[in-house]
Order: sequence, then structure tokens, then C-alpha cells
Amino acid sequence: MSSAAGIATINLTDIRSMREHRELAVKVEHTGCSTSSAQGKTGCGSGAGAGDLPPEIWEKVKNHPCYSEEAHHHYARMHVAVAPACNIQCNYCNRKYDCSNESRPGVVSERLTPEQAARKVLAVASEIPQMTVLGIAGPGDALANPTKTFETFRRVAERAPDIKLCLSTNGLALPDYVDQIQAFNVDHVTITINMVDPQVGEKIYPWIFYDHKRWRGRDAAKILTERQLEGLEMLVSKGILVKVNSVMIPGINDGHLVEVNEAVKSRGAFLHNIMPLISEAEHGTYFGLNGQRGPSAQELKLLQDRCEGEMNMMRHCRQCRADAVGLLGEDRSAEFTTEKVMAMEVRYDLARRQAYQTQVDETRAEIGAAREAELAGIAQGADDVKILIAVATKGGGKVNEHFGHAHEFQIYEASNAGAKFVGHRRVDHYCQGGYGEEDALEGVIRAINDCHAVLCSKIGGCPKGTLKEAGIDPVDSFAHEYIERSVIGYYKDYLARLDSGELTHADRGDAAIRQGAFIAA
Amino acid sequence: MAYKIVKSQCTGCGMCEPECPNKAINEKNGIFMIDPAKCTECIGHYDDAQCAACCPVDDTCIVDNSYPRYQA
Ligand code: SF4
Ligand code: SF4
Ligand code: SF4
Repeated sequence: MSSAAGIATINLTDIRSMREHRELAVKVEHTGCSTSSAQGKTGCGSGAGAGDLPPEIWEKVKNHPCYSEEAHHHYARMHVAVAPACNIQCNYCNRKYDCSNESRPGVVSERLTPEQAARKVLAVASEIPQMTVLGIAGPGDALANPTKTFETFRRVAERAPDIKLCLSTNGLALPDYVDQIQAFNVDHVTITINMVDPQVGEKIYPWIFYDHKRWRGRDAAKILTERQLEGLEMLVSKGILVKVNSVMIPGINDGHLVEVNEAVKSRGAFLHNIMPLISEAEHGTYFGLNGQRGPSAQELKLLQDRCEGEMNMMRHCRQCRADAVGLLGEDRSAEFTTEKVMAMEVRYDLARRQAYQTQVDETRAEIGAAREAELAGIAQGADDVKILIAVATKGGGKVNEHFGHAHEFQIYEASNAGAKFVGHRRVDHYCQGGYGEEDALEGVIRAINDCHAVLCSKIGGCPKGTLKEAGIDPVDSFAHEYIERSVIGYYKDYLARLDSGELTHADRGDAAIRQGAFIAA
Repeated sequence: MAYKIVKSQCTGCGMCEPECPNKAINEKNGIFMIDPAKCTECIGHYDDAQCAACCPVDDTCIVDNSYPRYQA
């Protein structure tokens, strides 16, 4: 993961919609549910999305854009790259770039000192009320750089006590820092755990640096897994939320991750996020250079389904670029370069942030109500047809992105149980042109090839035809409607067409997970 | 002898700096350097040269033969 030093990354979900929300936020009147604390917690609205999480955990995660899939549409997190050092080596990481556990490989963040990082956080938080979480995840391992990590937290907590702090680590140093993590009120820690068996581990980690020695092979993996699980247990015993990330490496740990899921679940991790290995020779990683492939979309989903059980699986992790600023793949980092941030006059406006958060709570209650209303009409017990639907959105929980402008598609599984978010697929802008629109469209189709339909706010005639030929139904009739009710609405219509004999249900094929580093426009 | 950092290979991650028992490693404008007058090759502290053991890039922290062997 990431370790010591100073890089700032911000992942805000959906900044454009932030702009829309900001206008709204100003007009918001306090009705019904009132904001009860600086953290934007409110008395109501916990119904939709709470699922099977215990209430105290839901309260902690509901505004966390990394952990709550629903919150992801309305809130954003930001990473600061203050931690470049790392105490282990992973075969999917090329240490010239950022930690591959937390961001996409092949990307270098700008490194920041704790002072620059804290300034950047405050500048972004004042501009963008959606920014509610600060993460330190690299570019190396947050806990291999303890001084820089905790100094950044100290500075931010002093000025912006409403911002939640989280950090990511490979876990090797974790047991040594649990007390400090607690003292800084860090409530979310992410540990990347790829194995619980040293025989698997030795294929993933060539070495670790521990207790003043370099350890290799099985010994290294044994120490690492013991430290990871010990750290996990210690955090849970102190009431700190722990999410576990795992990288799915076909042929190495894919089957084994079911055991990992068992091991972390039984120790109290509240979320398990399985991410695909991203591996290309050009990233210069051991796996990349040796032709180790990543999983396909279907393989990933199958494994996530197998691990789901009663545990929450996180499916919206977008292996985001660590220093991107923006919601849902949009990047405003150019507005917050170190140079600009250091020159900015930063006013931290807590009241405005709270107004936004109140408004979001209302929107989320509305989304929940719309979903329930739409679900009411669905025939229960009917045959269990499941389809995947891709959605183009720029946030706010709505179908509101033009097909050709989408950086990524949200994938929902529709069944008579409703609409379930199962992941997202990153694509090149189809509309951007430059090097052949046809290729870009083909790329989009490959990425959502397992979907029966794509919902967007608008789509041109040409791509419409090509999508239809590929068997994907292009739909713009749900423009600006809430996503979940639109997905359910489409599904109901699909069932009706099956009933009338207009359609016959057929399974779709697999889809590809995009490999290259994502360059925002 | 003392250790030195091969500048062209160093990623500037800073992992080595706090690991050195002699505070021989310093950073200046993102460049990490070993002060040969302070480096003891970790003799008297650890079995392995710490900078070489923790550095993510192979052959980046190496022995600098232009200095005589460290005498404990
Ligand atoms: S991916 Fe592995 S080696 Fe690379 S920085 Fe993260 S933990 Fe360290
Ligand atoms: S060999 Fe040991 S004493 Fe010399 S610079 Fe490296 S860590 Fe410091
Ligand atoms: S650990 Fe290696 S790469 Fe990192 S700063 Fe030291 S010499 Fe450079």
C-alpha cells in the first residue's frame, strides 16, 4: 500500500453535480429531518441503503464515498499523497509509480509535505462540500511513513474536525500503530490482504522489510499474514472500522480469496472489496512483465457473488487515480495544484458544508421512496430473470450523463429483488474523438458487453445503431430520473416484453476490464 | 567503505532515511544521499545494511569502493 510521504489525491464523486447541488444547497430549508452534528449525520434517512449493517456501523459509513455505494453518488473522498515509502514489495507494483493497491498502476501522484497536504485538503473542502473523507493511501504505505501520515491528520483535524480520516495499509506495520490510529480518531482503516496462506503469499510478495531485515519467500508471507490479521483484530477490538481490499490474481489467489473472505469476516472486517488485478507489460510490474493476466468482468463478479453471503461486498471501488479531484471519475485536480493551493486564500465554511449535506440526505430519502414505489408493482415469485444494465451518470443518483460523455458506466443487476449495484466500468470517452471514434465505441461495447441495456440521458443515432447490433438496448427515456427506479422500470418493461413474446431472454457474454491508466480529459 | 545511493535509480521514496541507525542519509530537494563520514555500513547495529535491505529498487544502495572499509 502506500507509505510515507506527501502526495495528495482527491477522489470526489461527481463534481459537476456538486455544482448543481451547491445551487440547491443554498435554497435548502430544514424540513423533516434535522442535521444533528457537524458530521452531517441526520436523524432520518437511514432506511435506504442500510441493508444488513448494524446501525452503529451504518451511521459511520453512510456518508463515506468509499464504503457506502449509495453515498458514493453524493460524496467524495480525497487522497493526499504524503507517504511514498513502502516496507514490502508486491508483484503487481512497480515502485516508480503509486501503490497499486490503492490507485491504478502506472500513475504518479504529486508528492506533498504534510503542510501542503493539509492546505490542499482545506482548499478542496471549502470549494467542494461533497468532500467528506480524507484518505492517506500512498503512494507507498501510510504506515511505512508514520510521521508524515499522522502529521497530516493532526493538521487537518485541527482546522476541519468534520472531515473523516482514513488510511490504507498493507498491514505489516499496523499492530505498532493501532494506538496512534485510535488517538487521531481515524475511524476507517483499509488493509490489503491478498492471502492468508504463506504458500499463496510467496507468489505475490517477493520480499518484506521487517525487524531490520529483508525477508523473502514463505517466511516473508508468513510474517505479513500474521501481522495483517493481528492488526485487523486489534482495530476491531477498539471499535475502528476495517475494510479489507483484495486483489484478484487469476491462477494465484482467485480460489483462495474465498478463504480470505472467511478469515477477515470472522475477525470483524465490515467490508471486503475484491478488485481485479490490473496488469500490463508497460507498467513494468513483475506480473505485467511475466504475462500474468487480470480477471474478466464475469470472473470478478462470480467471485464477488461467492464471497457475498451475509457480508457486504464493496463493488464500487474504481481503483481511482490517487490525485484525481472529482466525483464519479471526473477530475478537477488541475484546479488544486500545489502551486494554486499554496496561493489560495482558504476559508473553511462549515455552515455551507452542512447545508449541502442536509440537502443530500433529502435527495437520498427521495431516491429510496422512488425505488420502493417502483418495486411495488413487480411480480414476486415470477421466474427469476436477471439482467445487467449499464447506467451513465454524473452523480446525484440520476441517469444524467450523455452516452458519449461517460467516463464510466455504473452496472446494476436487475431482478425481481430490485436493482443491485454490482460495479462500474471505466471507458474512454466515446465522444472525444481524436483517434477514431469507432475504436472508442468498440471499447465501450467491450466494457459493457454483458449488459442487456444502457441507460443514459441522451445518445446519438449512430452509436444507437451500433449498440443495437451488438445486442445492447440503448435507452434515453429515463433521462434525469433516479437510477434505481429507472433500472427497475426498465426491468419491468423487459419482463412485460418477455411475457408478450416480443422478446426472448438470452444470456449475454462476458466483458473486459479496462487495463491502461486512465487519463482524464 | 561506505554505502552510496545510485542517483539515477533512486525513486526518492524516503524509506531508507529513517531506517539508518547513524542518520547518515539526508534528503535535499528530493535527492537522497549518504554521508560517507557517518555511514558505518550498519556495523555495530544490524547484520544487514538497512538502506540496501529496505530499498525497493535493487542495486540502488551499494558499497562505495572509493572509501576504505569501515573500522569499528
Ligand atoms: S502495491 Fe505493494 S509494494 Fe506497491 S506500494 Fe503498495 S504495498 Fe507497497
Ligand atoms: S549502510 Fe547502514 S549506516 Fe550506512 S547509510 Fe545505509 S543504513 Fe546508514
Ligand atoms: S529507499 Fe531506495 S529508492 Fe527510496 S529513497 Fe532510499 S535509496 Fe532512494
